[in-house]
Amino acid sequence: MTAAENIAENVDVLDEEAEIEQEVEVKNEFLTFFLAKEEYGVDILRVQEIRGWESVTRIPNTPLYVKGVMNLRGAIVPVVDLRDRFGLENAELTNTTVVVVLRVIVNESEKIVGIVVDGVSGVIEAAVSEVARSPEFGGDIKTEFISGLVNQNDVMVMLLDVEKLLASECMSLEAETSDS
Amino acid sequence: MSIDMAQFHQVFFEESFEGLETMESGLLNLDKGDVDEEEINSIFRAAHSIKGGSGTFGFTNVAEFTHIMETLLDEMRDGRRTITDESLEALLHSVDCLRDMLSAVRDDTEVDEEKVASSRKELEVILSEETAASEPSGSPATSESVEVSSVEAEVAAKQLGWHIVFTPHANLLQTGNDVVRILRELDELGTLAAEADFDNLPNFDALDAENLYISWDLKLTGDITIEQLDDVFLWVDGDCDLAIMPIMDKTPVVAATTTESAPAEAEKTPEVEAAVEAPKPAAKKAAPKKSAAKKPAASASSIRVGIDKVDDLINMVGELVITQSMLGMLGEDFDMSRVDKLVDGLAQLERHTRELQESVMQIRMLPISFTFSRFPRLVHDLSSKMGKKIEFKMSGENTEVDKTVMEKIGDPLVHLVRNSCDHGIEMPEDRLATGKEEHGTVELEAYHKGGNIVIEIRDDGKGLDASKLLEKGIEKGLVTPGQKLSDSQIYDLIFMPGFSTAAAITDVSGRGVGMDVVRKNIQALGGVVEITSELGVGTTITIRLPLTLAILDGQTVAVGDEVYIIPLMSIIESIQVDPSMINLVAGKGETFKLRNEYLPIVRLYETFGVPSVSLNELTEGLLVVVEGDGRKCGLFVDDLLGQQQVVIKSLEANYRRMEGVSGATILGDGSVALIIDIPSLMRLANKH
Repeated sequence: MTAAENIAENVDVLDEEAEIEQEVEVKNEFLTFFLAKEEYGVDILRVQEIRGWESVTRIPNTPLYVKGVMNLRGAIVPVVDLRDRFGLENAELTNTTVVVVLRVIVNESEKIVGIVVDGVSGVIEAAVSEVARSPEFGGDIKTEFISGLVNQNDVMVMLLDVEKLLASECMSLEAETSDS
Repeated sequence: MSIDMAQFHQVFFEESFEGLETMESGLLNLDKGDVDEEEINSIFRAAHSIKGGSGTFGFTNVAEFTHIMETLLDEMRDGRRTITDESLEALLHSVDCLRDMLSAVRDDTEVDEEKVASSRKELEVILSEETAASEPSGSPATSESVEVSSVEAEVAAKQLGWHIVFTPHANLLQTGNDVVRILRELDELGTLAAEADFDNLPNFDALDAENLYISWDLKLTGDITIEQLDDVFLWVDGDCDLAIMPIMDKTPVVAATTTESAPAEAEKTPEVEAAVEAPKPAAKKAAPKKSAAKKPAASASSIRVGIDKVDDLINMVGELVITQSMLGMLGEDFDMSRVDKLVDGLAQLERHTRELQESVMQIRMLPISFTFSRFPRLVHDLSSKMGKKIEFKMSGENTEVDKTVMEKIGDPLVHLVRNSCDHGIEMPEDRLATGKEEHGTVELEAYHKGGNIVIEIRDDGKGLDASKLLEKGIEKGLVTPGQKLSDSQIYDLIFMPGFSTAAAITDVSGRGVGMDVVRKNIQALGGVVEITSELGVGTTITIRLPLTLAILDGQTVAVGDEVYIIPLMSIIESIQVDPSMINLVAGKGETFKLRNEYLPIVRLYETFGVPSVSLNELTEGLLVVVEGDGRKCGLFVDDLLGQQQVVIKSLEANYRRMEGVSGATILGDGSVALIIDIPSLMRLANKH
């Protein structure tokens, strides 16, 4: 066997190894939280920080679920209430209510958005194969922001597509105002 | 090239454009025949550094072009050439041309070759005309500069060629240079006899294939200048030991003296002098890389800050650190007996913080001369084009403005100055006929006034004809016949979109063209523009701009339990209304009478949908009379809270643009307050 063939062989082996590694799959981690007793999860890489709830400044003429803006170390950050967004019953603010600060990419620029949740529950790991597709319900039930379902200790966790959720937030409203 | 040159491009372009401005203003200052040494020197220096830079970066065409300009300037500097109108004009043209070329290189677009060629020809014609007459000996086209040409003159006469000892450092190849290429280039210059020296070659097992162990002894014969050699070795400078000696016909003594000077010269050449013809392969290689790296560089703008401002900042930070450590010590074992010290310390902290803030804002401030500097040229060109005689005066060029404001005010100012020259100033004969001086005057002045920067453009031309403007306004349907308008209201008409007054003002074109854009741009900066004019005497346009866009003087107002900020600029007055002042139009449109005007009332809590409102009666709260877009209205708020400077934060950065709101700020208690945008609020209120 010549040296060149030897090297080629080695490369093949390496390739196969890489493939095997890919099959093993990196598990994605998700931060889970409660919204009106339902458990949701977001990609943990999108989470910048978690803050206790503090009052926000209301922005006039915005949908109810946009709670307002808060001061995040000098940056003005909008806060969205997901319970209102999903039309869940409006729970009261408790001492577990927190704001999860997410970084999302909208129009190629990074935006920071806070979401109000009833409480953070933990971090779960899920491989892509473990994520089930969300069923279609039709009608009023909003599933377009749910990227998948994960079963964790017999509890169903809904994984949120934050990019889609919050991008549509900023985008659709932008379109709305420029139309009017 | 071991360094990625692209990283320096941005700086090079900035400096070059600055240099072009220096050249331009210098050229305009050069009075015909009257040679101001210093002026010419500064023009020459600017041209020289552009040439040097462009040569280094491989923008050969720019370097070559600048070289011709430099030759001409050099002759002027030495007094070998009298300065004529034509030569100045040619130089001005070539400055334009150079600017085009540089922008083309920067933006990676095509250069207008025709223009370059014609401008170049213009220069060459002038050069050939007079050098033939006055200076037969020196051939300026090849002389780099004075010192080089003198060396050359000494040796060139009896020189056969060059003896070059070329000892590359071992790492030469790693820097991307190729000895073979260098040798080949030398061979192209003349007849090359090369001898390689293998003495340093190590044994095979010690040999590193990436290192270079060979040195060369080269004899190059032919009519070759030292610059040509320098060009060849330009890119290996610093990576090799180089000794260049001229081979003389018979006198080895001269050779010995020049031996020492030549390498030294070769060393400094790349820094000071330009490569007239940079090595072609290197230049080509650099080109694609440059275009790739340029896109992001173009968007990031830089700012030049005076060292004194930076020193100020450092001092201030030093003070701040001292105060902080003092407070820290105080906090370690604090008891009530030392509360005085704490109060003192906090006061100091506050003072230093404010000073620091001011110093930081200062960094963004640049003298407005950066914008003004283009106007002498503009007026010069316009007046010669239109056959008018216009004197241009500037004052207050050192007035400092925020960089963003300055960048955006340039175009509106150009428009206004052009208008003044075009439509304001009359033709010389008309001026004489009306008993004015033949020379018209256009003045540009900038000054600070009460937290604003004011720019005035004054001309002593024919002024605006209010009655003609009014006629036009009625014709356009902007004014209803019989409506009584004040002069300033009439002048405001020219800012209306589509108010072309071609017939009304001049035969050439109308003063209205683009004036609406001018006003829009100024308003976008938070400024106002006003016109005062007297028929037959002149027109003054006054632009008032905020000093900075980052901070605004605001009035905090309370509406329910919410706090909003109204820019002080838009507030005229705040009043408590009497029920007798309030009227209803068509049963619901609320208006109030302020002196002789009826102004609409906007209830802020309605427009903004404030949930917690306790005050509904107009008489209980206050009306803030505001103005925006030339319209006034009364904003109904619960109370005025106070005036303060607020730092403007963008809502768009993380959310989106909101109607009625220009941005947000953070109040002393850390909460967010929205800043009201009056014109936008009025539109919003109309929809409700």
